[in-house]
Amino acid sequence: MQNATSRAKPDEEQTFLSRVRPEDWENPEPRSGYDFAIVGAGPAGLAAAESAARLGFSVVLIERNRLGGNSLNVGSVPSKAIIRSARVYGTMRDAEEFGAPVANEPALEFGKVMARMRRIRMRISEHHSVHGLAELGIDIFFGSARFDSTDALLVGDTRLHFKKALIATGARPRAPDISGLDETGYRTSATIFELTALPKRLAVIGGGPLGCELAQAFCRLGSHVTIVQNDAKFLPREERDAAEILSRSLARDGVEIRLNTTVVGARRDGGAKTLHIVNSGNESEIQADEVLLSIGRVPNVEELGLESAGVDFDTDQGIRVDDFLCSTNPNVYAAGDVCLELRFTNAAQSSACMAVQNALMKMQQRKSGATVPWCTYCDPEIAHIGLHVWEARQQSIPIKSFTVMMHDVDRSITDGQNTGFVKIHTAEGSDRILGATIVASRASELINEMAVVMNAGIGMKALAAVVHTYPAQSEAIMLAAQAYKRFDEAAEMEVRRAGSE
Amino acid sequence: MARVWDEALLVRLQRAAFSYLSEYANDDTGLVADTSRQGSPCSIAVVGFALSCYPVAVRNGWLSRADAAARTLKILRFFSQSTQSDASDATGYKGFYYHFLDMRTGRRVWRCELSLIDTALLIAGVLVAGCYFDAAGEGEIRELADALYRRVDWRWAQNGARGLSQGWKPESGFLHYRWEGYNEAALLYVLGLGSPTFPLTPVAYRTWQLTYQWENLLGRDVLYSGPLFTHLFSHAWIDFRGIRDAFMREKGSDYFENTKSAIAIHREYGERNPYGFKAYSRDFWGVTAGDGPMPLHRRDRRFFGYMSRGVPYGPDDGTIAPWAMLATLPFAPEAAVAGTRRLLEIYPQVCRQDRFSSGFNPTLRGNAGGWLSEGWYGLDQGLVAMMIENHRTGLIWEIVRHCSYVRDGLKRAGFEGGWL
Repeated sequence: MQNATSRAKPDEEQTFLSRVRPEDWENPEPRSGYDFAIVGAGPAGLAAAESAARLGFSVVLIERNRLGGNSLNVGSVPSKAIIRSARVYGTMRDAEEFGAPVANEPALEFGKVMARMRRIRMRISEHHSVHGLAELGIDIFFGSARFDSTDALLVGDTRLHFKKALIATGARPRAPDISGLDETGYRTSATIFELTALPKRLAVIGGGPLGCELAQAFCRLGSHVTIVQNDAKFLPREERDAAEILSRSLARDGVEIRLNTTVVGARRDGGAKTLHIVNSGNESEIQADEVLLSIGRVPNVEELGLESAGVDFDTDQGIRVDDFLCSTNPNVYAAGDVCLELRFTNAAQSSACMAVQNALMKMQQRKSGATVPWCTYCDPEIAHIGLHVWEARQQSIPIKSFTVMMHDVDRSITDGQNTGFVKIHTAEGSDRILGATIVASRASELINEMAVVMNAGIGMKALAAVVHTYPAQSEAIMLAAQAYKRFDEAAEMEVRRAGSE
Repeated sequence: MARVWDEALLVRLQRAAFSYLSEYANDDTGLVADTSRQGSPCSIAVVGFALSCYPVAVRNGWLSRADAAARTLKILRFFSQSTQSDASDATGYKGFYYHFLDMRTGRRVWRCELSLIDTALLIAGVLVAGCYFDAAGEGEIRELADALYRRVDWRWAQNGARGLSQGWKPESGFLHYRWEGYNEAALLYVLGLGSPTFPLTPVAYRTWQLTYQWENLLGRDVLYSGPLFTHLFSHAWIDFRGIRDAFMREKGSDYFENTKSAIAIHREYGERNPYGFKAYSRDFWGVTAGDGPMPLHRRDRRFFGYMSRGVPYGPDDGTIAPWAMLATLPFAPEAAVAGTRRLLEIYPQVCRQDRFSSGFNPTLRGNAGGWLSEGWYGLDQGLVAMMIENHRTGLIWEIVRHCSYVRDGLKRAGFEGGWL
């Protein structure tokens, strides 16, 4: 049933659109001026708009496309829905291990997978619908916005004056620099979720988070997936051990891995797409029915009239902001992917709320002070918060990691999810936690305990004393803290013994 | 194999390991085969082990000094006269050498990489030869050894960067793979720093150390590296006891002690045996680089071919290197003996003609009580012969202690104390 093309019911899709971009929408009459104008209604823009409106400020929110940005429309939400389907499908194939053998290879209806994704997207769109925002008193304008002065924006012919503004236009997939790929055709995160049939062969260019997530998901759903990474490892931002575990997990699932390999050309051979690749001087080709390009994102800074607003920017790095998220125009701030190195939904939302506080409440919140966890949603998931070991060492901070392997955690064993580890990075000689890396089936959940701990300033000693449920995968965090405690106590005893001698 | 474990048995195993290096050497070039398999090319690293083992053979009376000197000279002359150019079939370039060479012609095979670490292992052997053969009639050995070392352009290998790539190819330039995390590259950095002609910049070693991971793992503090051999290779030449760089001074340890910790972690991992592999225990361990069954994906297990396996993050498919426990003799003699003895009692087939095979996997069913690697690998034999000697007499360590280039390299890396 790979070619099934069943779609979400039209009324579901219409409901979705009515929430994120109603066809019959008419922009409101502009007020004489706004306390806060926000350009872009992705996660950062929405969080900022709701936050500012709840604080009692007059807010105008301008969106060129749909509310929700990449995250809702073509990013976190649809990808996680598909990943979930792929996990279920993968579990069914491994069901025999759990005493539930499946007589035949489980059937897949790709159309239903995509329909489920659209239903979920529709459901979640309710959280920030156009009508809900309007009820908060937010004026919503659909259309392209550009600054025409330091304190005004144009949406079409409509001029919107503001006291403070926030640029939250996000980022888009980086365009390829591969000869022939435009003509051959490819998909990005913006278009992969429009597939109506499961590709028999999928080539993924790029080994970042999205590339790895979708490579594994499509492989589990039944595509023959080849992933090509122009680097020696996947997820260059992550720790080596984590990236290597991911690499082995992808291989175990059947993903064909081409590391340290560059795509230098593409062409169409009949119905197939051929990628010309080079690895250490050795040339070869990959055939695919679909190509997914996932080589990073670039900030949306063009056609915004930033020069008119006195806002400095870089087409690669985005809006130049200080530690308070203020641009070179003291009345214009930025948040989210358009200015941050960490391009994640939660980082966008967190920075947006910070920008609101700084712009409207005269607060002095620093983006460098934020401790933002992130996760790559492969199986196992890879999550991180705080400093990496190499970052600490670059800053000459003595660092020691306390590691617990998931195969030593009872709940991981009972669940058959014993791949991975919890590493808590501490400032050596103290119990101060500098960061953590977690590779586990649900690392995205486990890392939040570390977020709480780090934001509350809780150290390893106190963490060791926190009773966790048993059995639970989060017990790994407690066990790591207890390992610290044992060493600390042994060191103290050593000092005492030396003193008494 | 006798159950008795005594000095005589140890010497017998050592001699058998050494004899590989002699038996599989080419008569004309002196190059030594990577493996005992038909048609195997030379691995330059194995030649480095062979050069280091000739003094061992002299000391044990297996070769006369004149014979060892002649064999050594043959190798040094070959490398000295071999083609150094950027041609795709040269023997080397910029003083470095290709990983694998044709046994007869000495030219590059398999479009392999110009290997930094394998050149370092070769050059370590060259320096051993240069230091050991100190008699009046052995001057050519010393001259050639010195020239070969001085010819290596370590600075070029930095390629303008702070750290080192893992290699270079004439077809594509430097490899993307860089040295990351503690491993056998310690020897590479020390040799590169000690060069009087083209030394690594001092920042190179510090840059590499930025990628170190100091971890509390399975109950022990360790400078982490997964495969066991990474904790052994540099130590085959350099006696790290009591000498410390800035990193180890900060940790209150040294690299020798660190290898002891790594061995303890490997044993603990064997005991825990998290994936339920057959035979794993506190006395059945040795997860490292080596031959493996094959890329094979069964429903419940996945097996690999030749690859670098590690503990505890993996990869681990139940394959151990039968030689690995014995190679830890200088660090953990009781563990090495207990493990090797148990291995030989249960699976004597892993040691044929007194030489250990490269890989053994009892989890995967086979005719040999599991899967068993065919023949022998030169690296394994060389390491075993050297480590047994270091355990028995410390001969190689003593020779290298007196190598001024190694001393300079260690000092430039920030090592202090002990015999330095």
